[in-house]
Amino acid sequence: MSGYRLPQGGSHLDRSRPLAFRFDGEPMQGFAGDTLASALLASGRVLVGRSFKYHRPRGVMGAGPEEANALVELRDGARQEPNTRATMTELYGGLEAASQNRWPSLSFDMMAVNDLLSPLFSAGFYYKTFMGTGQATWHFCERFIRKAAGLGRATHLADPDRYEKTNAFCDVLVVGAGPAGLMAARAATAAGLRVILADENARAGGRLFEDGVHLDGLAPAEWIDGALREIEAGGGRILPRTSVYGYFDGNVLGAVERVADHKRKPAPFEPRQRHWTIHARHVVLATGAIERPLVFSGNDAPGVMLASAGLAHATRYGVAVGASVVVFANNDGGARTAIQLADLGVSIKAVVDPRREIDPALAAALGARGIRLETGAVVAATRGRKALAGIDIRGFDPISGALGANVMQPGCDALLVSGGWTPSVHLASQAGSAPVFDAALQSFVPGAAREAWTAAGACAGTLDLAGCLAAGLEAGRTAANACGKTAENRDISLPALSGQLAGAELPFPLFDVPATGGAKRFVDFQHDVTADDVDLANREGFRSVEHLKRYTTLGMAADQGKTSNVNAIALMARARGLTAPQVGTTRFRMPWTAVTIGALAGRETGHHFAPVRRTPLHDWHVAKGAEMMTAGLWMRPRAYIGPGETLRDAYIREATAVRQRVGIVDVSTLGKIDVQGPDAGEFLNRLYTGGFAKLPVGKARYGVMLREDGIMFDDGTAWRLAPNRFLVTTTTANAGAVLAHMEHYLEVVWPELRVHVTSVTDRFAGMAVAGPQARKVLQAALGEGDVSTEACPHMGIVRGRIAGAPVMIARLSFSGELAYEVYCDWPAGLAVWETLIEAGKPNGIMPYGMEALGTLRIEKGHITGAEMDGRTTLADVGLGGMASRKKPYVGSTMTQRPAFVDPERPVLVGLVSRDGQAIRAGSHLTLPGGGASLGHVTAVTWSPALGANIALAFLSRGRDRHGEVLEAAFPLKDERVAVTVADPCFYDPDGSRMHV
Amino acid sequence: MRIHCPCCGPRGVAEFSYGGDGTVRRPDLSVTDTDAHVAYVFERENPRGRHVELWHHIGGCRHWLLVTRDTLTHEITRVEMAGRFAGEAARMPGAGA
Amino acid sequence: MQKYSAFSLLRNALSGHRDWQPAWRKPDPKPAYDAIIVGGGGHGLSTAYYLAKEHGLTNIAVLEKGWLGSGNIGRNTTIVRSNYMLPGNNRFYEWSMKLWEGLSLDLNYNVMFSQRGILNLAHTPSQLDDYARRGNSMRLEGIDAELLGREEVARRVPGLDMSPDARFPVLGGLLQPRAGTARHDAVAWGYARAADARGVDIIENCEVTGFLREGGRIVGVETTRGEIRAPKVGVAVAGSTSQVLRLAGIERLPIESHVLQAFVSEPVKPILDCVVTFGAGHLYISQSDKGGLVFGGDIDKYNSYAQRGNLPVVEHVMSEVSVMLPFVSRLRLLRNWGGIMDMSMDGSPIIATGPLPGLYLNAGWCYGGFKATPASGWCFAWTMAKDEPHPLNAPFTLDRFQRGYVLDERGAGPYPKMH
Repeated sequence: MSGYRLPQGGSHLDRSRPLAFRFDGEPMQGFAGDTLASALLASGRVLVGRSFKYHRPRGVMGAGPEEANALVELRDGARQEPNTRATMTELYGGLEAASQNRWPSLSFDMMAVNDLLSPLFSAGFYYKTFMGTGQATWHFCERFIRKAAGLGRATHLADPDRYEKTNAFCDVLVVGAGPAGLMAARAATAAGLRVILADENARAGGRLFEDGVHLDGLAPAEWIDGALREIEAGGGRILPRTSVYGYFDGNVLGAVERVADHKRKPAPFEPRQRHWTIHARHVVLATGAIERPLVFSGNDAPGVMLASAGLAHATRYGVAVGASVVVFANNDGGARTAIQLADLGVSIKAVVDPRREIDPALAAALGARGIRLETGAVVAATRGRKALAGIDIRGFDPISGALGANVMQPGCDALLVSGGWTPSVHLASQAGSAPVFDAALQSFVPGAAREAWTAAGACAGTLDLAGCLAAGLEAGRTAANACGKTAENRDISLPALSGQLAGAELPFPLFDVPATGGAKRFVDFQHDVTADDVDLANREGFRSVEHLKRYTTLGMAADQGKTSNVNAIALMARARGLTAPQVGTTRFRMPWTAVTIGALAGRETGHHFAPVRRTPLHDWHVAKGAEMMTAGLWMRPRAYIGPGETLRDAYIREATAVRQRVGIVDVSTLGKIDVQGPDAGEFLNRLYTGGFAKLPVGKARYGVMLREDGIMFDDGTAWRLAPNRFLVTTTTANAGAVLAHMEHYLEVVWPELRVHVTSVTDRFAGMAVAGPQARKVLQAALGEGDVSTEACPHMGIVRGRIAGAPVMIARLSFSGELAYEVYCDWPAGLAVWETLIEAGKPNGIMPYGMEALGTLRIEKGHITGAEMDGRTTLADVGLGGMASRKKPYVGSTMTQRPAFVDPERPVLVGLVSRDGQAIRAGSHLTLPGGGASLGHVTAVTWSPALGANIALAFLSRGRDRHGEVLEAAFPLKDERVAVTVADPCFYDPDGSRMHV
Repeated sequence: MRIHCPCCGPRGVAEFSYGGDGTVRRPDLSVTDTDAHVAYVFERENPRGRHVELWHHIGGCRHWLLVTRDTLTHEITRVEMAGRFAGEAARMPGAGA
Repeated sequence: MQKYSAFSLLRNALSGHRDWQPAWRKPDPKPAYDAIIVGGGGHGLSTAYYLAKEHGLTNIAVLEKGWLGSGNIGRNTTIVRSNYMLPGNNRFYEWSMKLWEGLSLDLNYNVMFSQRGILNLAHTPSQLDDYARRGNSMRLEGIDAELLGREEVARRVPGLDMSPDARFPVLGGLLQPRAGTARHDAVAWGYARAADARGVDIIENCEVTGFLREGGRIVGVETTRGEIRAPKVGVAVAGSTSQVLRLAGIERLPIESHVLQAFVSEPVKPILDCVVTFGAGHLYISQSDKGGLVFGGDIDKYNSYAQRGNLPVVEHVMSEVSVMLPFVSRLRLLRNWGGIMDMSMDGSPIIATGPLPGLYLNAGWCYGGFKATPASGWCFAWTMAKDEPHPLNAPFTLDRFQRGYVLDERGAGPYPKMH
């Protein structure tokens, strides 16, 4: 016999709505309002999981987020969700759950052999063995260790659900809707503040349901509903099922709302979870406390449970966790729990308490109910492996801590344990306040606040209900004051309590019971860390709390040590002869409880990871068969692949058209910056290596900017549109960086310069018309404007109209052919482009993509990002002549440093394949036959104009090596290509083609 | 972390781009001594505690701000405009009306 | 030193593990040593170990402000690799790799160095070219590297988003098969135990509060546990380098301290068998032997000495991991932590004599310190013992910024937040 459903009761339960579910394939039934854990307990299920290391049989231990044992694989297929706490899983019809970390079955787990070998598997055993003859031994062993470790199974299937994110701003965020949180939220609301009240449970109320009281004559559920209505009526927002998991700088808190986890699957378009970034002026931490287990031999047997959990299962879900229950506690809470449970119809056999006496009123109440009270006694051992069968009660000397005689060895199927309460100080600790030790609680409470928060209730160490309510009210008023609402609100008063039991929950400082009979005494249940492991860590010198954690893995399991942390510190303190505060505690870090990664990612996943930038010609490119490629955030055409063509065929056709006739390419992605002001010329003069101050209006110039360290930053052109106005173009990749660079100099370095810069990148569409026929085509397309040699010489700028839209034209060439860049308003881009294409038809105009652009520029030895890789100088790429000697500019002084004039520096050269073999980008140059790298290949192409495989490369002492034969080595594919070093400008070296 | 931009008000840190130590001064362009530039470009005090630093409000007004922030606690005690609006400071919470 | 082995484990298991001795002694500091290393992290401890083992210097002490291994050796994502492009870097990291491959046996401590490979994903043709350049550079230096196509990548890493219409489709990747992960804390403990066995005094809770100087020379340190003299003082305190050197009067260094966050998911059964990095952002992920997915991304990008970061970086990293491995979205984030990085101005470290006579500096590790632990200690020990750098760390000088010989693996420039 074991747990069962009580005939009545259960504040959370709707007995009119039975729900069918399955655990390990076995059909079961519960009710709406159940958790998976309560439904399993009500069905008499004791064994629900296996522990991490020893695969020990385990049962439900808690009733909330602290659960260490009852972890299941929830759902299946792509929604399979390992390590889900049964205590936090709301039951829904058709729920499928499976036990985990067992093979072949939960009841018969072969891996439980680990428990037999456990004498070998002491803390840190793996550091001492598996070394054998070296790496091979470890790699062999590791495979088995990995398979044995881990808990649940995840799936490789993509998560089908969606997650959303939202921001919320409020005056007061109250974390936790227990008695303190509810009072704080009421008080802050009544003061006229915007309040958010978040609680990770489905229903607000916290321990109010377990205290067996009436408030202002109302049952807890009624009083709580009233309080929630009041808060909502005052404009407050209630967030149930919402875990506030992180406290970040500046009172920014992160929370995850489980929107649809209590359903079989989310409704269409409903997010599974929602992430809240909450910006609060003040925070009330009312996060409560978690009950501590006691450490004794066999304390992990299925059926051993936290006392508060045993009570919660009865009060909330109408479940008796056993047919024959014993309570073992070091505080009055144990007796109180026994009394309440007995009154709910649970059969309580005995209360065991190490103290010599307990509150007399409680003792009398136990007696009145026929419950045996054993004081000065402890539970020293348990019986039963897969289910608790009985316990050994022994005498206990509270002074010496020694075990006394056998008292009795009753049979029982549930043992409720309380070792006192551990305040949940996590969020305060995250916010930078180191927890401080409270001797009365034998635990840590929040330290002094550094961010704007107030802690109230059990999380601040107040355990009695009246005290929690009062502290909550006070915290709400403190928060109101902090938000500038000084008027004390008289509408809110404390509820009158009735039905309270006597006693206090301050614990007698008993953490563990001496070992008996060799059974393990667990401290961390999920990771199987025992009291002996703590001793071993001490013996081997892993004594600081961090070493203890890291050496034994204590507190590092999925439950984050919520129930083990304080016990471990106490045990280590005793072993070292120190006090607990001297041992100290680890710093708590986000998240308070494990949160779904998808919720933190939100919608910025899959295709929405980064925005897609498209030029106004995008649809045209796609319609014409362009293969699109990503260039940063942009999409650009790689080549327009015709029927039956390969990518190579296409780019050769396109590049050939440019060299022989005319082509057109979309350059809208180039960065464009409008530079205006009386000092605009001076400003550009300081940023570019070349001179710009004297650039005449109506002319453009190519320019290179350096970083402050003298390395090339970006290149582009600047067009002088007016004495006080330039249009600056940048590379596609650096558009944002160049703008920020300019803004930095204008605002921080040279605020005296009268210049303003504005990004106009997506203000203007751009297209380059290139090829011997470019002028003819452009002139034909122009409604007004003149691009004759006289009106628009090389680097000249003219204005005109195409398709009715105003255009700006600069005669610039990247391809080495006669070429013009045409800019127009973004929305007019398509019309201008199509007009140019139409005008070019008689001349055989051909659109070209990135591949052809690359070929053309390689033939000319022009540089792009592959050559400006953040390590190269102007001189390296052969542009030393652009470094003005007449003026200083950003980076000029730094180029005087020794490394910049080192003759060994690799410099830009051209390479021609000697035997027609293609050269691979990323090859390294070596002497024929091999040897060390002398440089590397940056860009390669088959040049239709030259009929050869060519490349650009950086080569040490490259300028002295033109004509030399080297090898382009690609050891990754065991390839070597013989190459002749050449000038990087392969085609039309005197530039006559663009000066026509 | 939130930065109280004097121009835009309190905004999340994700709107800003960090510009490093705000106390280093670029040598005048006319200075051709390499050491002065090396110091400006590479050398930092990197204090543990109060740090005056530059932030660029790229997702907002695009002004550069001088922010006084504690590198140990991340607490921000002052935000002012850099450059031509130097001295324009944000009203910080707790600073009174 | 008590020998660790399967046999000794068995023997001790039979006696209830009561005979294990402390992994290292807890000595009080002596008034003087032949050398002092400030910083009981991975690099300081490995330096002490190699000083004792390779150079016979055993009258030395390691001084640690807090608990041993409390710095970045215990706050990283445990990745070990030598897949660098620049020869100055890849030679050094490859030597580290070779030391890693013998480390467990050398230390008689299983550091769980698991050579499961690291795969860098490429998402654009030019990224593939960059990886080819890097991989070829590695191969020419005798380092293992393979260029993988799309199908091979998909085969090796089930669960990757390989859809052709992904925002940044995977085109291929660069694999270093010998790379992998190690148990980070164990590295600190293993070096500490082995150094201690050779006579090194490892002194915890001993904060350096000043330097002793004689005629411009450093001759020891002042600590919270008294003055300790030594003719050679090595500083290996990445994260706090500026603070410690300020005590010696060095006010400015080419270093900024930044916080880097790292993350681990709940433990699950084996689901990811190699280290994978995302090429359309900055993300690296592996699965620990315990089952948690361990991953990280960019630094928070502001100076910080707080070992914690902020939400925007958390959200971005989660977004990146969900994009690359869409199944991870369903898993839960269990823990987060932060470490303080010495971000240098070119992304590369400093292992050098100076900046004052008697002082030696090991700093500037950026994200890369963990994998460097063995070679860093090995080279720093050489540098301290011989008063000159080993050829492997000769490029890692402090004056390279002045001279222009920076080692900028990323080409990001003199902006610490970009490395």
